Amino acid sequence: MSDRTVHTAEWAERALAEAAHHEPASREEQVLERIERARRRRPKITEERVTLAHGAGGKASRTLIEAVFVEAFRNPVLQPLDDGATLDLGTGRLVFTTDAYVVSPLFFPGGDIGDLAVNGTVNDLAVCGARPMYLSAAFVLEEGFPLADLRRITASMADAAERAGVKVVTGDTKVVQRGKADGCYVTTAGVGALERPVTLGESQVRPGDAVIVSGPIGEHGITVLIARGDLDIEADLTSDTAPLHDAVAALLDAVPVRMMRDATRGGVATVLNEVARGAGVAVTVDERALPVRPIVSGACELLGLDPLYVACEGRFVAVVDGDHAEAAVTALRRHPVGEGAAVVGRIEPGPPGMVLLNTAFGGTRIVDLLVGDPLPRIC
Amino acid sequence: MRFVDEYRDAGEARRLAARIRELCEPGRRYTFMEVCGGHTHTIYKHGLEDHLPESVSLVHGPGCPVCVIPMGRVDDAIAIAREPGVIMTSFGDMMRVPGGQGSFFDAKAAGADIRMVYSPLDALKIARQNPERTVVFMAIGFETTAPSTAMTVLRAAAEGIGNFAVFCNHVTIIPAIKAILDSPDLRLDGFIGPGHVSTVIGCRPYSFIARDYGKPLVCAGFEPLDVLQSVYLLLRQLAEGRAEVENQYTRVVPWDGNQRALSAISQVMELRPHFEWRGLGFIAHSALRMREAYAAYDAETRFPVPGVRVADPKACQCGEVLKGVLKPWECKVFGTACTPETPIGTCMVSSEGACAAYYNFGRFTRRREPVPLALGPRP
Repeated sequence: MSDRTVHTAEWAERALAEAAHHEPASREEQVLERIERARRRRPKITEERVTLAHGAGGKASRTLIEAVFVEAFRNPVLQPLDDGATLDLGTGRLVFTTDAYVVSPLFFPGGDIGDLAVNGTVNDLAVCGARPMYLSAAFVLEEGFPLADLRRITASMADAAERAGVKVVTGDTKVVQRGKADGCYVTTAGVGALERPVTLGESQVRPGDAVIVSGPIGEHGITVLIARGDLDIEADLTSDTAPLHDAVAALLDAVPVRMMRDATRGGVATVLNEVARGAGVAVTVDERALPVRPIVSGACELLGLDPLYVACEGRFVAVVDGDHAEAAVTALRRHPVGEGAAVVGRIEPGPPGMVLLNTAFGGTRIVDLLVGDPLPRIC
Repeated sequence: MRFVDEYRDAGEARRLAARIRELCEPGRRYTFMEVCGGHTHTIYKHGLEDHLPESVSLVHGPGCPVCVIPMGRVDDAIAIAREPGVIMTSFGDMMRVPGGQGSFFDAKAAGADIRMVYSPLDALKIARQNPERTVVFMAIGFETTAPSTAMTVLRAAAEGIGNFAVFCNHVTIIPAIKAILDSPDLRLDGFIGPGHVSTVIGCRPYSFIARDYGKPLVCAGFEPLDVLQSVYLLLRQLAEGRAEVENQYTRVVPWDGNQRALSAISQVMELRPHFEWRGLGFIAHSALRMREAYAAYDAETRFPVPGVRVADPKACQCGEVLKGVLKPWECKVFGTACTPETPIGTCMVSSEGACAAYYNFGRFTRRREPVPLALGPRP
């Protein structure tokens, strides 16, 4: 039956039904735009006290940093909120960074707080494009902490420093009363020379670039979670803690790199969100391409966690020129820490600020920043 | 991952989607409710709606255990947590749920000892390790989690552990489904039945839905292909003019349920005359409390509980969302005043909550085609 022969009332009914059918979609889009505006607003801190979520690397951490620290220390060097600050000394460029380590337990399969404190700071320097050179180390020790444990920690720091080609050249020690700290906290700061004539950062990212992950994700976070012993789970898994400077240097030599970031707290998902927001682009990720060892995905299934948000300590995300994606992966795979490197996604013009995942199931979903630590699901 | 990846196969999903499209009558719209929050999570996490034709919509039901806890009960739990010597234990999902005066996280930051556990047995372990303290387990969830709470109480009794108590907030699914079926503002074509609850109660209790209300229900598993197949089975029933209870999740759900689990529940707990559900109001015989015989393990008997009813915030439309009357984005405050960082309603808290799932995973999905990537092999 052609449209012309349709009875008027029937036609009106159909038009109405169609309008009812189409209107919600556009209304939904309006709502989504309103939400995006709300998301872009300057974060306000609503809590009266610090909660654990403020330390988890997600939205709550970002809010705390922007509403308290940036507010107090505002300056152009701090502003990019990169892993390290790039300092132009006239005679050359330095990268300067610092990080505090409070892991529990202090010793876990594959590492301890000592090599974590060295590798973490070395990696922050490396992903800023610098050659790591000197570190400081400050210790907050709890009264009663076994000296044997302290020696074990410093020995593994010394080993890690040697592997990374850095020297620990200054430090500090404080002891607090029993119960006022959890055994041992370590803070390291580091400087490195920025010798390459490269400019790295979110501002360099453009549509068509490729997103690379340097190896299987989530191993550190799951290892530590299991090492805490609360879960009654055993797994043959070790932390991925490792210095990344060699692999990073190889990548910088091989291809045009836009930016790099090590995927620590908040995992790869958090880094990708920082890229999307900072560069005003969309990041599209293919779930099937994500390197996740079966043991990690199995543990995540059991615990109701998403490996994309689980911390790594020896993995980084790099955005490189899309034409050189395969060369980048080849360069990374020559290094032990980059053996599992893979192209996982692509930079697209929009929707800006969004990370989208093409699921293995053939659907699409958003990968947003978490508020705090990933909370395990009930059932 | 074996036994998981098979249920997430994109090719199989596309084949099933084609059969689903064949079953849809042109011009007819279908609305199915997935009762359980676990399904909501699966649907969004895997981008399942991308496989469904426009004419099939899924609305989210009341089966998110965290979402249905009224604010007053959170305040009661925090009051118990503040009692001297108490260690409150809770599933992770519960930690961020706002009461009238903040969440568990806020109470913890203010000094209460609140710990996250994966199972009530972990809470019992904490009780064994801290004999001088009283450990209270915040018990939430449907018939899925009630047996483990009951078993834990039975074990505590058998071992003579006296410093353990349960703050019982267990709810039952059937009265909630009935409340939804009786709600005048909802038209549903069928239900995707809660698989995990059904492992305990079986499929028989749903028969009134088919018999008295003429709606089909398919008990569904939690992998995306399970959910998609259940949609197919529902459509097939409608096409053949049937309204029956079907079991898609036969690999886990026995038709008659799990008698041992049910008898553990009824040994320790009994039905409350009525219980308040967030957004749905008071529903008769819809929740469980500890039996008199186990009063020694009942936190409501052992501690003064304020029991003050706190009205949901005016702006909050969680009730409508839980009943499936509103899509999350149709709520007035969705994504603007109510976000995962500052949730007003419970639906925005748990990863099983419809609003949180939609906010974190769902926005933008149906508007985009998945973009194929050229990718390197997996490690």
